[in-house]
Amino acid sequence: MPSTSGTPTGSVIETSGLTKRYGKHLAVDGLDLSVPRGSVFGFLGPNGSGKTTTIRMLMGLIEPTSGRAKVLGRPMPHDTRRVLPHVGALIEGPALYGFLSGRDNLLRYDSADPTADPRTRKARAEAALDRVGLTAAAGKKAKAYSLGMKQRLGLAAALLQPRELLVLDEPTNGLDPQGMREIRSLVRELASDGTTVFLSSHLLDEIEQVCTHAAVMTQGRLITQGPVAELAAGARGRLTVTTPDTGDAARVLKELGVADLVVTEDRVTGEPPGTDLADVNAALVEAGVRVRGFGVERASLEDAFVALTGEGFDVAG
Amino acid sequence: MSRAEVTAGAAGASGADGVRAATAATAKETDTGHPAGPGSPPRPVRLAWTLGLLRSELSITFRRWRTLALLAVLAAVPVLVGIAVKIETGDGGSVGGGGPDGGGGPAFIAQVTNNGLFLVFTALAATLPFFLPMAIGVVAGDAIAGEASAGTLRYLLVAPAGRTRLLLVKYATALTFCLVATLVVAASALAVGALLFPLGEVTTISGTRISFSDGLLRALLIALVVAASLIGVSALGLFVSTMTSSGIAAMATTVGLLITVQILDQIPQLHAIHPYLFSHYWLSFADLMRDPVYWDDLVKNLGLQALYAGVFGSAAWARFGVKDIAS
Repeated sequence: MPSTSGTPTGSVIETSGLTKRYGKHLAVDGLDLSVPRGSVFGFLGPNGSGKTTTIRMLMGLIEPTSGRAKVLGRPMPHDTRRVLPHVGALIEGPALYGFLSGRDNLLRYDSADPTADPRTRKARAEAALDRVGLTAAAGKKAKAYSLGMKQRLGLAAALLQPRELLVLDEPTNGLDPQGMREIRSLVRELASDGTTVFLSSHLLDEIEQVCTHAAVMTQGRLITQGPVAELAAGARGRLTVTTPDTGDAARVLKELGVADLVVTEDRVTGEPPGTDLADVNAALVEAGVRVRGFGVERASLEDAFVALTGEGFDVAG
Repeated sequence: MSRAEVTAGAAGASGADGVRAATAATAKETDTGHPAGPGSPPRPVRLAWTLGLLRSELSITFRRWRTLALLAVLAAVPVLVGIAVKIETGDGGSVGGGGPDGGGGPAFIAQVTNNGLFLVFTALAATLPFFLPMAIGVVAGDAIAGEASAGTLRYLLVAPAGRTRLLLVKYATALTFCLVATLVVAASALAVGALLFPLGEVTTISGTRISFSDGLLRALLIALVVAASLIGVSALGLFVSTMTSSGIAAMATTVGLLITVQILDQIPQLHAIHPYLFSHYWLSFADLMRDPVYWDDLVKNLGLQALYAGVFGSAAWARFGVKDIAS
């Protein structure tokens, strides 16, 4: 098994054979995860697939049954006190003291970090509030916050200090579309500052939009991991022809070498051939096929996921 | 479109290859022993900074309405006792009208009409069996379990508060609450006593007379001993608190244990275990009113409290140190 130190080019998170067993149930089963420094790493999987259990092991909250985990080059949970000051985390939604104001919640969490300078505490809390757009509501009691505001405050707590690694578990949960966009742009901004972002989500869209790398989990196992472009490329786009003359279209396409043809009511789809698509279109028109639509549908990460698992994404483990 | 040449089936393989290549690359840079990364000089931990959590804990504990309500109830007890004594003795009769101890009621109650200072001793004797330990049970029982049920425990631990440090802070806060709660009872009793009854020289249990200022000093000493008597319950509550993720369950269990112990202490057939019950020597604080002070039971009480703190404190530490935080 490779072991790495947290060198600039190395992995920020590295696990080998990481396993957590609850009774007979394997929540996480032999996970070998490698998160490159500087990446925005999407951690995908349906609800109940073991994502949160993995994150809890990485953060030293629960002890692995077997296997090892290294964060920032140090073993967890052994080195929590040296590793975690450099890690900001949002785990399974925000948790706040309802009887404290948003600002006081941040001060409370900051005072729990023995490496946080109390002299800059207030200024850092204000900066974090500003960063998540919560300055106006900072004096309100947290129990009066909406879910979206709580989520923002949780993010602010993760941003109290400059971090090397941000672990964000479902950060856009409970946010409206505008809020989701804001969080995404915040994540991009942080990543461009050099922070590695480990982002778990069950929303494929989200991962596809912000992540450079991704890993997919189902039922406690890691199915694949790698750069998002590679994963999505695995599931090819499909050539789609919309026409009332499906029979003729299918025949012409077959002659041109289009494989895996599927004919539906008014559409013919297949794997794109190696030839120029303009020629394919011309051939269809020449054969008298009334072409109403023609193009290649982009493959999404979701297609890749379905191709990998052979099942829908919303299946819980 | 060159990427598109890869079939869906090969995607997993190519992804895995990428990972293997990455791990192989990083494997070359094995253990240079560097901390975190560049741009992250290890931040120093300073003693004054680590005390920030204790300050934060104390401030949020004493800002909570629940804590203030508990203290208000405790402060109300001497007021009620004082008024009751005043009404009953308003016609010139004596409390209880019984023997030299006043027959019934808490210790010292018969002397209250002669000297308001005795209301301090009476109030402490009245609140020590249940009110005070119940309030401590609520605060100590909620210490860890309350954070767990609110979900804030996981954020404190990834801050990282450190499990031992968090436990020490929680215990220190519980002990501070013991002291504050006891002093609230004593101060309230002193105020009510001064208001409703005369103050003056104090007659000790042994019959000697000491000056009022000496009496005040003894009252303060008694308050401290009463606060120290609650060390055991605090440790027990903290231990229970590490066993569950429900604040309510932890508080109820602690208070339940307290009541059980108090009942066991009343059953004569169980006298063999009585010396080991944390509440057995509680009322020994009255011995401070003897002249000279009778120390035996006081020392036994403090020793027993230290024993409970040691045993249940270690148990809490052992439990919390390895506990999976799944809430």
